[in-house]
Amino acid sequence: MGAAVFFGCAGIAFGPALALVLLTVAAEPLRVIVLVAGAFFWLVSLLLASLIWFVSVHLSDREDAKLQYGLLIFGAAVSVLLQEAFRFAYFKLLKPLFRTSCSRFLSCPSRKADEGLATISEDGRSPISLRQMAYVSGLSFGIISGVFSVINILADSIGPGIVGIHGDSPYYFITSAFLTMALVLLHTFWGVIFFDACEKRRYWCLGLVVGSHLLTSGLTFLNPWYEASLVPIFIITLCTGLWAFFTAGGSFRNILKCLSCKQEDDSRVMRYSALQVPFED
Amino acid sequence: MEAAAGSCRAPLPACWGLLRGLLLAVLAAGSCQGNSVERKIYIPLNKTAPCVRLLNATHQIGCQSSISGDTGVIHVVEKEEDLKWVLADGPHPPYMILLDGNLFNRRVMLQLKGTSRVSGLAVAIAKPSPPQGFSPGLKCPNDGFGVYSKDYGPQFAHCNKTVWNPVGSGLSYEDFDFPIFLLEDANETQVIKQCYQDHNVPRDASGPQYPLCAMQLFSHMHAVTSTVTCMRRSSLQSTFSINPEVVCDPLLDYNVWSTLQPINSSGKVSPEKEVIIVATRIDSHSFFWNIAPGAESAVSSFVTHLAAAEALHKMSDVHLLQRNIMFTFFQGETFDYIGSSRMVYDMEKDKFPLRLDNIHSFVELNQVALRNDSILWMHTDPVSRMNESVEVQVRNLLDILSNSSVGANVTLQEAGYSQPLPPSSFQRFLRARHIPGVVLTDHKTAFQNRYYQSMYDTPENIRMQYPEGLSPEETLEYVTDTAKSLAEVATVVARALYRLAGGANNTSAIQADPKTVSRMLYGFLIKMNNSWFQSIIKPDIKGILGDVPQHYVAVSSPVNTTYLVQYVLANLTGTVVNLTKEECLNPEKTPSSEKEMYEYAWVQGSLDPNSTSRVPYCVRSTVHLSKALSPAFELRQWGSTEYSTWTESRWKEIRARIFLVASKELEIITLVVGIVILIFSLLATYFINAKADVLFSVPRDPGAVAY
Repeated sequence: MGAAVFFGCAGIAFGPALALVLLTVAAEPLRVIVLVAGAFFWLVSLLLASLIWFVSVHLSDREDAKLQYGLLIFGAAVSVLLQEAFRFAYFKLLKPLFRTSCSRFLSCPSRKADEGLATISEDGRSPISLRQMAYVSGLSFGIISGVFSVINILADSIGPGIVGIHGDSPYYFITSAFLTMALVLLHTFWGVIFFDACEKRRYWCLGLVVGSHLLTSGLTFLNPWYEASLVPIFIITLCTGLWAFFTAGGSFRNILKCLSCKQEDDSRVMRYSALQVPFED
Repeated sequence: MEAAAGSCRAPLPACWGLLRGLLLAVLAAGSCQGNSVERKIYIPLNKTAPCVRLLNATHQIGCQSSISGDTGVIHVVEKEEDLKWVLADGPHPPYMILLDGNLFNRRVMLQLKGTSRVSGLAVAIAKPSPPQGFSPGLKCPNDGFGVYSKDYGPQFAHCNKTVWNPVGSGLSYEDFDFPIFLLEDANETQVIKQCYQDHNVPRDASGPQYPLCAMQLFSHMHAVTSTVTCMRRSSLQSTFSINPEVVCDPLLDYNVWSTLQPINSSGKVSPEKEVIIVATRIDSHSFFWNIAPGAESAVSSFVTHLAAAEALHKMSDVHLLQRNIMFTFFQGETFDYIGSSRMVYDMEKDKFPLRLDNIHSFVELNQVALRNDSILWMHTDPVSRMNESVEVQVRNLLDILSNSSVGANVTLQEAGYSQPLPPSSFQRFLRARHIPGVVLTDHKTAFQNRYYQSMYDTPENIRMQYPEGLSPEETLEYVTDTAKSLAEVATVVARALYRLAGGANNTSAIQADPKTVSRMLYGFLIKMNNSWFQSIIKPDIKGILGDVPQHYVAVSSPVNTTYLVQYVLANLTGTVVNLTKEECLNPEKTPSSEKEMYEYAWVQGSLDPNSTSRVPYCVRSTVHLSKALSPAFELRQWGSTEYSTWTESRWKEIRARIFLVASKELEIITLVVGIVILIFSLLATYFINAKADVLFSVPRDPGAVAY
């Protein structure tokens, strides 16, 4: 019966991520590349963070429990900052690919058609927009961090035991899964907001992203007290999601329009891939 | 893109370095902490002993779990009434029972065996030992492999005259299809009971609420059915497989033997030379694997034997004795006389320096510590005594033994004509030849030992008591009453042997040393890793000195008991010779060493009081080892009814742990929530993706969605 818990938790933690990857990423090679490369960037950030934490633990007094707890919080904060730094580095890496299709809101310094990704497409247009790139890179950060945070918990959820013999909550598995789901979604939203903020040089947005990431990470330290961590994290997720939606060009009007639009639109929609920013001709 | 790819190629070695660093970091973290989620879920039970599967020609006995371990909700059974919950009332079968040691008896076990509501058993050792006695061995030990059968003393076969072990329940010889573990540590038992109290106590008629405390026991056995089957499978594998998966191994070890006068161990003793064999067994057994304290059933007698050997060797005229004396310590006797049957087989096949014809007489010590009124009973074989010449020799033997006890605290009495020999190695020699012999025991009919072949056959069983507050070193040297009384037995036996061997001098000089006996009792029963044992063994085997001694024959050889008996015997009967380490380790290079007569051992010596180093030296003795593997395996007759066919199954993992289990409802809810979220995500993503151009259009630029 442990398998039920395993598949249930896996479904909760990675259901949204799986759906997003299958329906919006898997079909397009370039997005897959961005996804995998993003995951690599996140991994490198984790590597550096773990090295810093590891060294600091070894240099400190290992018997002092309070100090070690403090170091863990420090390590988490360092990890968050490093993740955001690598998100920025990833943005810097991806940015040159969009020389030709830079956003209309910024003045493009040059519009040489032989630069960036546009060179590999036949019609001289980039096959992927920066927003899509932002979304996919956010998703990649989310998936890989979700995998790292929940995989050993999932492995132990197969059973036969559940957490609780030392007095811990028996809902450990399911809350971990929900937390991971929130983390995956949050990373996706942060990715969208972050790239957009970088592009538009809105530094307060960057600050807000880093701040909410730090806050989420800090909230998990309340963890056996799940009401205090899960509820705020899901509220943050919801807010960040709405923000990302508006950042990506969504609006209340669009939702209404979408709800009222007719079926025959679909055929047209399928031709032009999702989230594509119209190019300027 | 190209620039990016180019920059990635260069730092690749650096990446590898970092990865290796990460790997090291993970490994270091893993080794010191383990998996933290697992520690949140499970409490491993470290001090346990499993019941494992043994097989003989026709049966499998012991226990096993399924391949992934058996799990059940814990129920503590301390009274017989508690069983009702497990067998009928409890709503959460199967149950894992924590059984009080006093209830671990045949009646309860057969009840549990007959139901599918039990998935396993953990037995808490009873302290003090059950007063009514407890023996999982057979009522008639080693039945069918001794001398009595329908052709030889049929009236005595199958313990018809005397039931030797009336408290024997035969539990060890039952086959259980669920795992049974012994909890050796009272603290762990308390942890389990606490978990049970917190989660599983039935509060009302509907039973306890989830989550419940459960236990998982792993003891999956590879062998099935019988030795015939498992040995055939193992040998089939080894004929064509490069990496054979052996499923069972024969129980085997080494007998230890030594002679009073050195004999050529690789040659043959001349036919006219007469030898008196003194024998004891050095192995025991219990229901659980590697738990075999055997205080009364093995240690009391072989310690007495060792003390007698030491006392005899101290005599100055032993090399002048007319007859030689052979001190023999048989391994595996519990399992249908593995050691003695092999020695008899070797003697018959001329693979031993002695032949059966060389044997003048046979004296066996068998359970001698629990004497009533200091009476030691002399058991003889009534069937062979019907033969005139044997009767004369046996009478002579009995007379010498009785005379030797004059003036000593031990009285020797005949057990009488009317009853057969108790289970003893001597029976295997009688099967081959009508040898005059006697078996000395503390019981006239049934065993005095109420804990024969059980985990309760401990030092307390032979009334070994130490005053409180002694240091290990003081305990080692403390002479208990048990040691004194065993030394008296050893003295009587040594004097009788001296007379039997033709010694004419006054025997009052022969005196076994109670100090040696107490050291041996301490070492073989309480703590192997003591300073005396450390000083008398070879440096390269000092790792065998574990803490708690046990005397199971096992499948890897030699076992600790064999080694220690060998070195103790060498120490007590050998002489220190002035050889260097090289000469001692390679005696064939020294012409005067008489390599074939003696064994040389370079022992590590005792600690120098002023430093931490030891002073090693060379010991020369006549102590030899001879293989104790049942002839059935030599002859590949795995279905033999004449020789022991016991094998031990192999297994991969033996482990026990406790944890909580969730209700089925919670598990199903988790699964349903997971599936609902997955399906919802798929649908939501599909629709958002489908309408993406509408949703994410920028309202200020209506032209963007126009095409």
